[in-house]
Formats: sequence, structure tokens, C-alpha cells
Amino acid sequence: MLLNVGPSHPATHGVIQIKVELDGEIVRKAEIEIGYLHRAFEKHSETGTYTQCFPFTDRLNYVSPLISNFAFAAGVEKLMGLTIPERCSYIRVIMSEISRITDHLTCVGASAMELGAFSVFLYMIKAREWLYELVESVTGARLTISYGRIGGVKADFPEGFDQQCRTALEKTREVLEEVHGLLSGNRIFYDRTRGVGIISAKDAIGYGITGPFLRSTGVNYDVRKAFPYLVYDRLDFDIPCGEDGDNYSRYLVRMEEMEQSIRIIEQALDQIPEGPTNVDPEGKTIDPDLMADLGKFGKTAGLLQNEVLIQPTLQGSEKRYHEGISADSKTVSLPPKEQVYSSIEGLMNHFKIIMLGHGICPPQGEVYCPVEGANGELGFYIVSDGTDRPWRVRSHPPCFPIMAALEKILVGDQMADIVPTFGSVNMIAGELDR
Amino acid sequence: MELHQQLGQDTVIISKSALVPLAGFLKEEPTLQYDFLMDLTAVDYFKRKPRFEVVYHFLSLQHLFRIRVKVPLSEPDTELDSLVSIWPSANWYEREVYDMFGIRFAGHPDLKRILMYPEFEGHPLRKDYPIDKRQPRVGPKD
Repeated sequence: MLLNVGPSHPATHGVIQIKVELDGEIVRKAEIEIGYLHRAFEKHSETGTYTQCFPFTDRLNYVSPLISNFAFAAGVEKLMGLTIPERCSYIRVIMSEISRITDHLTCVGASAMELGAFSVFLYMIKAREWLYELVESVTGARLTISYGRIGGVKADFPEGFDQQCRTALEKTREVLEEVHGLLSGNRIFYDRTRGVGIISAKDAIGYGITGPFLRSTGVNYDVRKAFPYLVYDRLDFDIPCGEDGDNYSRYLVRMEEMEQSIRIIEQALDQIPEGPTNVDPEGKTIDPDLMADLGKFGKTAGLLQNEVLIQPTLQGSEKRYHEGISADSKTVSLPPKEQVYSSIEGLMNHFKIIMLGHGICPPQGEVYCPVEGANGELGFYIVSDGTDRPWRVRSHPPCFPIMAALEKILVGDQMADIVPTFGSVNMIAGELDR
Repeated sequence: MELHQQLGQDTVIISKSALVPLAGFLKEEPTLQYDFLMDLTAVDYFKRKPRFEVVYHFLSLQHLFRIRVKVPLSEPDTELDSLVSIWPSANWYEREVYDMFGIRFAGHPDLKRILMYPEFEGHPLRKDYPIDKRQPRVGPKD
């Protein structure tokens, strides 16, 4: 019997169609149709400037958008030969790992729900909410964060982030223990996932699969260990590996990876260096709106000496935070607003970066920059022709090869196993179809 | 044809007839063992000759090497040998390159559009495809 699963089906999180040929309950052949969420990311990127690509990268993997943000930024930085400040590297590591946990929580929670464990889903989404609150306090948004910048990040951590983050992680750890108790030894969950959706290590490599999916087959490959970037080489963490390459191993790998991510964040919070704390200890504080108005009227004397009271997030950035979170390069990092409004150098610097045709112009060349996304290796291949617009931006989405392999993985399993296997792929349509 | 290193990344530029032998060599040679075809894409340089470049990224898990192989193609002869028989991952990547650039792969088992729908005309990532061009929505076949 020929059966269509999707394109709009409650268990396919994301629009996708699976055409299956059934023999009784057994899947004999599966064909996957993708492309329902194609939004021309790569074409659009060619029309905007490098900075304008960031909002597009948010919408690639919409469960962990920070990782794609930083991956794109890292690609352009590599192309330009920029080094980012130490504090910024730590910020990126912390935010990436928070995103990795939210991604895995969504994946495990949703697949458990589809197998009937609805309370697990609720617990995990509860934990995800605490982490999203952290993301929101730093970036100002939950999903469309646009937090990365070439040569830095948009803003520094808010006051008290350290403590908030540790509390949230501690609570998340409790949820993970709870879920372990509910699922790992659960007879129903075990029987439904063990020995289902098996892929061998050889096949996984042949299909170019990376991430938790590859590691569940016993292959120890993680970009963070194999090609360390940012400050991952200074942090102590393990790469969990499965053995069987079935749904149950993938579940265990993801659960353990969340533990490891929590470890990474806690170490990074201990190690993160302080940014420059104060520029002018004796300067008076001034309201930002007033400062901008004064600057526009040309009353700039003494403005530079004043310390402006803006939250480092959301509304803008304080000058004193800038050195710690942006690269020391006038060609890419926007000057602090205080300088734009109060000095001609600052204004010219701002103009040169923002105006069409000036902007950030990496030298001619090409780069492939891989990072470890939540689903596997996420790579950006960027070709620059020396202008302020990228000539070509290609994102290598980690779930694309997994979906290609799914046509083979599903064969031989039962119809009812499609849903848990598909859930363990953690397909993100935004990233798959771009 | 050419071999260079840029930003610490090795690039080999080869002619299209050398692709399959080179790919086999990269995979089989014990000192290399490029077992991953990590990415396959193309770039349209439009006014430059040759116009297209098909770009392969390989990874060796054993030695942790990466290499980029580029194959220039000029119109009208934009057909390349498929690598599906060596790496199954090439299957969907080649379909995507065909869909987006109109580059055909000889020996591909099922070369059809992947992201766009079958009735779509043209290849959107070519530089001469206008960004604001609209095409009619196509409903179900029957």
C-alpha cells in the first residue's frame, strides 16, 4: 500500500512529506520530499551586506539560532583574519551551549511525547523555558535573536547573569535526572526505541552524517574536539558515544550531551575574564536620550567623559563594555554610540560601516568554517569578491544528510516506528530547506 | 590543474575528467582516507570564464584533514560525473546543485529537483536569475 505521511501531519514537526510503500505494517520503501520551507536563504544573502545576513541565519535552525549566528560570524572573521576578544569567545561558548541544551531538550521531549510520554515533554519544555529566559535576558529575543556580530556580539551579559545562569542550569539538571528516571529504564520507551531505526557506522559516514546521530553509532567525531574553535580547548568535557546506532542510543547520547554542555557552561562562567570595567571613574552619569539629543545639536563638549547609563543589552551598549565584546578593528566593529554622537571620528567610523558600498569588505577569497551545531557539523562556505556583499553564502545544514539517509533507515521497520525514528533525527525544516 | 592553500585550507582545482579518479584516490589512499564527503555545492561566477565552479569539501576522520576540490565548468558543457557510487551523501547534494544551478550529473540515479517544485522554471542561484522574479503557484496535480 502506498501511503503519504505529511506534508502536514501532527507528528512531523516541520513540513515534510514521507511517501511510504507498506507491506502490512512493514515499510518496504520510503521516499522523502523536502523543500516546503524553502525561503531562498542563500540567494537573499547575496543581495544584502554581511551584517544583513545575521537575521537570515537566525531562521536557519530556529531551535538553536545562536549557533548559526556565531558560525556565520566566525566564517567572515576567518576570511578577514580577525581575532575576537577573549571575553567575547567565552560569551559565544556559553550562549552556544545554552542553545545546544534547548535544542536537545526539544528533540528528546518531542520524541518522548510522540511515544505517549506527555509529562516528559512538559518537564523538558519547562526547563527550556528557563534557558530561553536566559537567552532573552542577554539578546532581547527568544528566537529571532540576531545576537552575533562580525568581530563580536551585540551586547554583553546583563547584571547578575552569572547567578541566574547557574540557577537555571541547576534546575535543568534536576529535570534531566527526573527524565532519566522516567524514560531510561521505562519498559515501554525501551521497547519502542531499542533496535529501531538502526544505522551502521559505515553507512552513517557514507551519508556524511555528523553530530549525535553519528556518535550514537560509536564514531567519536565532534568538531569541538577534532578542530577546536573559540575556547573549547581550554574546557574539560567528554564526547558521549553510543554503540548501536538505534533510537535508544541517540536518546542516551543527547541526554549525556546536555550534561556535558552544562559542565562546559559552568567552567566557562568560572573562567570568563572581566571586560574593561570603567572608562572614567569620576565621570558623571547621563541619560542616553539626553546624550543623543545633545550630540545631535552639536553640544558635544564633555560628553565623552560622561558615563552613560544604558543596559548593556537591548537598548544599546555602554562604551565600557565595547572593548571586551568587539574585535579591536575599526573596519568591522561599530563604535560605541557615545562616540558616534560626540566625535567626528566616531561618526565617520559609523558611516563607513553602515553606508551602502562601504561596509564590511572582506578580502577576495573563500572559506569553509565548521562548528558543532546541535545536530552535527554546521559549516558556512563563504565566497567574497572584495565588496561589501558576499558573492556566495552556502550553509551546510547538519540534518540534510540525515534526512537523505532516512529513506534507507526507515526500510524494514514498522509503520509506527516512523514517528520515533523521525523524531530522533531532530529535523529542523528551516535549516533543511533554507 | 592547480593546488593552493588559503587561510590554512587546502584547495585543489582539477579538470572535470579527473574528478572520479581523484575522488577514488582520496578515499582509498591509506595515508589520506577522506571518508566524508562533507559538502557539495557550486558557485556561479557569472562574468568570469569558466562560469561555474563545483566545490567539494572532504573530511578524513582518521587523520582529521580537510580538503576542498573545485571543478571549473563553462557553458554550455555543464555536466559532471556523479559521485553517488562512491559516497551516498552525494545523492541529495547533487540534486540540490542541479536544482539551484542547472548543473547535471551523469550517472546520478534520480536527478530531479529537491528544494523547488518540479514545475519551477530556471535555476534560482544562478546570478542571472532575478531575486524578485515570481512564478505561479502550482496546485496538486489532480
